Amino acid sequence: MQATDAMSQTAQQPLRAGNTPIALRPGAKRWHNAFWRHRSLLVGSIMLSIILVGVAFPSLFTDRSPVVMNIRDRLQPPNLVYPFGTDQYGRDLLARVLYGGRTSLLMGGVPILIAASTGCVLGLLSGYYGRWLDALIMRVMDVWIALPIILLALTIVTALGPGLVNIMIAIGIAWIPYYTRMVRGAVLSVREYSFVEAARVLGLSDGRILLRHILPNIIVPLIVMSSMGIAGAILTGASLSFIGMGPQAPTPEWGLILADGRQFIRLAWWIGLFPGAAIALTVLGANLLGDGLRDWLDPRMKL
Amino acid sequence: MSAYLLQRLLLTIPILLGIVILTFFMVHLTPGDAVSAMQGQMKMSAQQMEQLRQALGLNDPLHVQLGRYLMKLIQGDLGRSLFGGQPVALLIASNIGATIQLTVAAMVVAIVIGMPLGVLAAIKRGTLCDAVSVIVAMIGVSIPSFWLGLMMIQLFAVTLGWLPITENRSARGLIMPAAALGLAEAAIIVRLTRATMVEILNADYVRTARAKGLLDHIVLWRHALRNGLLPLITMIGMQFGTLLGGAVVIENVFARQGLGTLVTQAVINRDFPVVQGCVLVAATMYVLVNLLVDILYVVIDPRIRYS
Repeated sequence: MQATDAMSQTAQQPLRAGNTPIALRPGAKRWHNAFWRHRSLLVGSIMLSIILVGVAFPSLFTDRSPVVMNIRDRLQPPNLVYPFGTDQYGRDLLARVLYGGRTSLLMGGVPILIAASTGCVLGLLSGYYGRWLDALIMRVMDVWIALPIILLALTIVTALGPGLVNIMIAIGIAWIPYYTRMVRGAVLSVREYSFVEAARVLGLSDGRILLRHILPNIIVPLIVMSSMGIAGAILTGASLSFIGMGPQAPTPEWGLILADGRQFIRLAWWIGLFPGAAIALTVLGANLLGDGLRDWLDPRMKL
Repeated sequence: MSAYLLQRLLLTIPILLGIVILTFFMVHLTPGDAVSAMQGQMKMSAQQMEQLRQALGLNDPLHVQLGRYLMKLIQGDLGRSLFGGQPVALLIASNIGATIQLTVAAMVVAIVIGMPLGVLAAIKRGTLCDAVSVIVAMIGVSIPSFWLGLMMIQLFAVTLGWLPITENRSARGLIMPAAALGLAEAAIIVRLTRATMVEILNADYVRTARAKGLLDHIVLWRHALRNGLLPLITMIGMQFGTLLGGAVVIENVFARQGLGTLVTQAVINRDFPVVQGCVLVAATMYVLVNLLVDILYVVIDPRIRYS
């Protein structure tokens, strides 16, 4: 397969003096190939793009409000006026799912941003400086990681109180040790390369070595882990807001819509189906994207 | 072996101590103490609140409070609930059984479904069967377990009427919660089993075993799977923590009695001692399960010797 690829490339592309084939726009070519060869990358990014468009521009798909009640139209099954049906207060479920996606996606992104940035700093320090700092950070992480994510998040919510911002902080904090451990491991292997030693011999400062020479070399596993992390954080966020720890009604949010409508699911299946399917499809998209990115960027990586 | 066991047991002590300290500070380093949380439930004057703070020792410096908490903990005293005043240890004792039942049942579901599918996918690598199990596993890890639970209630309890929604002390009542919690885990196990077995089936010793004419199933079960068990049980041990967290949500979906419903109510009431106790107990179970996994290594793989 690869051999034929290489052959067709040499056949199509102009040759330099000598025999080395070069592509006209190597970057574009590589992107193109990557997308077609790694189907999960392609499928994942298409799914996520569709969801992102819907969530970013809900007004393209519905002109109704996610919070305005219309009791006369309560519990309407999906029809032309209400494609996803209505809930027990006559609110348009399509609007609630689309606007709710904003909150749900935020709950996937922000915690991972918190966890990845904090974990990255801690992991860089731990892996680069070693010694007592490494020992200290890693022992703290050993303890941290022994607390299951949902339980750790619940502890933090107890202290801060429920709510959107607090739940994002809680999930973010719970995720930190996974990033710290991964970044530290990556730094330990990069640190041994001679370009790091060369930079040190040249007299560059530690900060510059860390930022300009080590960080770019660990960015790939960080990106892959983050795209899978977003999938996990969306699931955790929806679960926690389903049990009432996240944003409060009437804020639309996928987990909360399910919690809100759960007594009515037996009368109105659509209340249960659409928000749940939205979570599952978004998480599936993010997981596929993560898988594809890993296969494409670093096939040897085990995550 | 026993020396190793002892050493390993001793190593868990600083971890557990760390967990106590971490949860203690997380709960205490934020504005709003236990007394102001109780104020929401029962009306108290400022003076009464002050008296209660004094009585509960909340005016002492944090490290004094931590010391007191640790001293009591050694004696098995986890404090009392701020609401109702029952001892936390008693509350946990009456709820922990149901949660252990649920997580173990979910783990069984995950292993029984996940391992055979993973092995099958690895044997039939590259075929339709492999592709289907990989895709199903991918979808499985993406479905929220609480939603799966809701849909199962709708189908099996409401529409078909085959299973009860909530029955705390029966095996029938355990089927749906365990399945809802276990299916996502099963998907994870499929992925790992497949990856591990694909690697092993290409290993030299498997080729040798085949070459000397051993039957396929003997090569698979005695040679390949036994070597694949190590990474698998490592992951199962690690996933136990996820299951404990997932049980919190699933117990709420099925209105089951257990640590999960206990801790949820406590978080909403800001009942600090109960939350801290539950988290501590769950983390201890998690640490002990992983200790067990380490010990199992020696049983499964005789090459591993600890000294």
